[in-house]
Amino acid sequence: MVASDKAGFADPAIAALASQVVDAAASGTALRIVGGDTKRFYGGTLDGEVVSTAGLTGVISYDPTELVVHVGAGTTLTELQETLRNEGQMLAFEPPHFGAGSTVGGMVAAGVSGPRRPFGGSVRDHVLGAGLINGRGEHLAFGGQVMKNVAGYDVSRLVTGSLGTLGIITDVSFKVLPLPAFEQTLRLDHIDAGEAITLMSGWMSTAAPISALAHTSGSLYVRLSGARKAVQASAKTLGGDVVDDGDVFWTQLRDHTLDDLGGDDVLWRVCVSPATPALDFGDAARCTIDWGGAQRWVTGYQGDIESVRALASGAGGHATLFRGASDRSTVFAPLAPAVLKIQSRLKAAFDPKGIFNPGRLYADF
Amino acid sequence: MKPDYQSKIGSEAERLELRDRLAGKFRSFLPDESVLVDEEDLRPYECDGLSAYRQLPMICVLPHDIEQVQSVMRICSELEVPVVARGAGTGLSGGALPLNDGVLLSLSRFNQIIEVDEANRTARVQPGVRNLAISEHVSDLGLYYAPDPSSQIACSIGGNVAENSGGVHCLKYGLTVHNILKLEVVTVDGELITIGNDTYDSPGLDLLALMTGSEGMLGVIVEITVKLLPKPEVARVVLAAFDDVQRAGDAVAGIIGAGIIPGGLEMMDNPSIRAAEDFVRAGYPVDAAAILLCELDGTEEEVVDDIERVRGLLQGCGATEVRVAADDDERARFWSGRKGAFPAVGRISPDYYCIDGTIPRRHLGHVLTRISELSDEFGLRVANVFHAGDGNLHPLILYDANIEGELERTEQLGGKILEMCVEVGGTVTGEHGVGIEKINEMCIQFTDGALTQFHAVKAAFDPDGLLNPGKAVPTLARCAEFGAMHVHGGNLPHPELERF
Repeated sequence: MVASDKAGFADPAIAALASQVVDAAASGTALRIVGGDTKRFYGGTLDGEVVSTAGLTGVISYDPTELVVHVGAGTTLTELQETLRNEGQMLAFEPPHFGAGSTVGGMVAAGVSGPRRPFGGSVRDHVLGAGLINGRGEHLAFGGQVMKNVAGYDVSRLVTGSLGTLGIITDVSFKVLPLPAFEQTLRLDHIDAGEAITLMSGWMSTAAPISALAHTSGSLYVRLSGARKAVQASAKTLGGDVVDDGDVFWTQLRDHTLDDLGGDDVLWRVCVSPATPALDFGDAARCTIDWGGAQRWVTGYQGDIESVRALASGAGGHATLFRGASDRSTVFAPLAPAVLKIQSRLKAAFDPKGIFNPGRLYADF
Repeated sequence: MKPDYQSKIGSEAERLELRDRLAGKFRSFLPDESVLVDEEDLRPYECDGLSAYRQLPMICVLPHDIEQVQSVMRICSELEVPVVARGAGTGLSGGALPLNDGVLLSLSRFNQIIEVDEANRTARVQPGVRNLAISEHVSDLGLYYAPDPSSQIACSIGGNVAENSGGVHCLKYGLTVHNILKLEVVTVDGELITIGNDTYDSPGLDLLALMTGSEGMLGVIVEITVKLLPKPEVARVVLAAFDDVQRAGDAVAGIIGAGIIPGGLEMMDNPSIRAAEDFVRAGYPVDAAAILLCELDGTEEEVVDDIERVRGLLQGCGATEVRVAADDDERARFWSGRKGAFPAVGRISPDYYCIDGTIPRRHLGHVLTRISELSDEFGLRVANVFHAGDGNLHPLILYDANIEGELERTEQLGGKILEMCVEVGGTVTGEHGVGIEKINEMCIQFTDGALTQFHAVKAAFDPDGLLNPGKAVPTLARCAEFGAMHVHGGNLPHPELERF
């Protein structure tokens, strides 16, 4: 059983990448793995010779009734989502598009999920399998195309969010879900962050068919998804006004094109336990709350890095310098020494010469 | 079958000396009754739920706090003694099978629910807490813990994490990996680390996903923060009968293709239906080739809508009978047959062996036909229960361990079924884990390169290979040997060697 056969690619594209990796490992050359390069703003330092997944395009297999799609890493997110939409299905983690060329591989490597995440799960929650070229130039297949699979360590979920530090992702299988039959967005105005968090927390403890909850600029947004009658019944209970073009709001929030999220400002991502009361980021800061309270996007923060990190970890979470940092060496919250040790060893287990995206996740690897 | 593990102990005298030395060290911080060395005390730990494999541990310790676990690990690391962690011992793949020269670390005294955070819908629990006890504890808050393996009244949450346990509601609510937020883990050298946190993700590599399902090979889990979900307002179940298994499989595809994700979607074949009906009188149609149980949950409006759609779809797919449970009592009765399927099969056969493959659902008809042929070929009856929504198939092979050679034939048949699962694009284990049981079949599913990568992953956590050595991932040497055996068409060489 040859792994590259399993992954469904003609050998040449995989072989070319693998040989590039072998050469780089021999010469100690850093490689910067690139899909659409739409998230170059994200993560730590960018270093190395560009290696592209552009040759790994296309849907390898897709049977809608299995709820599984297997796709090449270089396929654009737009293409994949179009394919799914044509069959009435979707990626339930609502991945952001930070540019037109976003690829499946980049989406998985970054592991960033959109507004539906608390209700539909994250990128890694839906990854079922992945092909990977490791630092020895070996093309390996992990996981598979089935939903329940506990054979071997869960490497395909480990590479999700690894920012390319463990290898070149060549192909990924996802669990997909049906598009909701009906959706409606409600807006409740003149609500401050504290009230919004209390309301969201209460609603999340009910069985209401909520698929997104956010608060920005004094308004609370609720998206309901499901059977029409169920959505309409819940909408009556929750209150607020129906937003006609609700999709536009969620797309803007997802892709950071809302006024409070875009621009050249430094953007902090502060993740906390969802019911954490409103946090004080200082008078100049603006905060948009997503994920029912668990993800807080902050711009205009004037304080020091340590303070925002302390605020986040005090609330059970962490803070990331998501965009616009002048110094990209510490964009992610530092790890405890014992955890860093394990992560560094894991990195070495996949990439002994340290050639893949060095410094993109942590300066140590 | 033996673990891929070479003991460093030269003689029995050496082993007993090491045992006494360890016992002395453990008793310096544990009460005497928490350090077991006598055979009669060790007997209960000789196997887990896969009782065909038995081995007494050298010594068993039952710590009751995290510091004690850390001390045990420090001592074992220093003396290079292997450690097998154990929860409730209900696992079905021999993952908690002890070692003759190893320590069995029981976490049964870690049985407290530490804290429930109602506003954030989470609970901090110790690893020895029973799965169902969590849902019972938070029931008054309208919350529950979603993964529900069939052993949920007995199995522990720590074991659930180690195995990434599933259950009948996985399609909609996910596996263990989707329902936990944070772990406290003691490393092989006794350090306490936190993996994950109280929000939805954490910085760095996703160790939480890696730890889940790692079968005790990477660390000892001493605390878990689980997610709790609001209970659905309503749940209703539909029972449909079919005169053909393939048609039942097509109906499953039809329901999912129509955009409906049921809370539970289970299939049973005729032998399972009969066994279950004899056992619990669930009211199943005993002449049906297959039945489907489809549970729909959510808000009242949603469920009313979906029930009607599912009823129509099932009839359209050729169901010979469709029944909607009238009330919660009838719903419980419909489920009782499915939930009691394993013990029901246990009543009609002296022994049974549960297989745990997953297949892409479209191959169900082919796989069941092939299982039936293999069943004839091996002269062993097979009853099938199927988590139809997610493709996880549990053929139960009926055998009698007292008949010489029957267990061996059963294992060969099981191996054939798992090979077929891999051939059609599935996996050798959907939810029970590899443990010691399916270690050979791992050679079929993964290339040498992938297996080597798994060993490197383990070494990153456990460089000396002391945590549950020899389980879950086969050595390449074993695969070479197994591959050679494989060529000889099921006739295993060396019949004189012990095999379970």
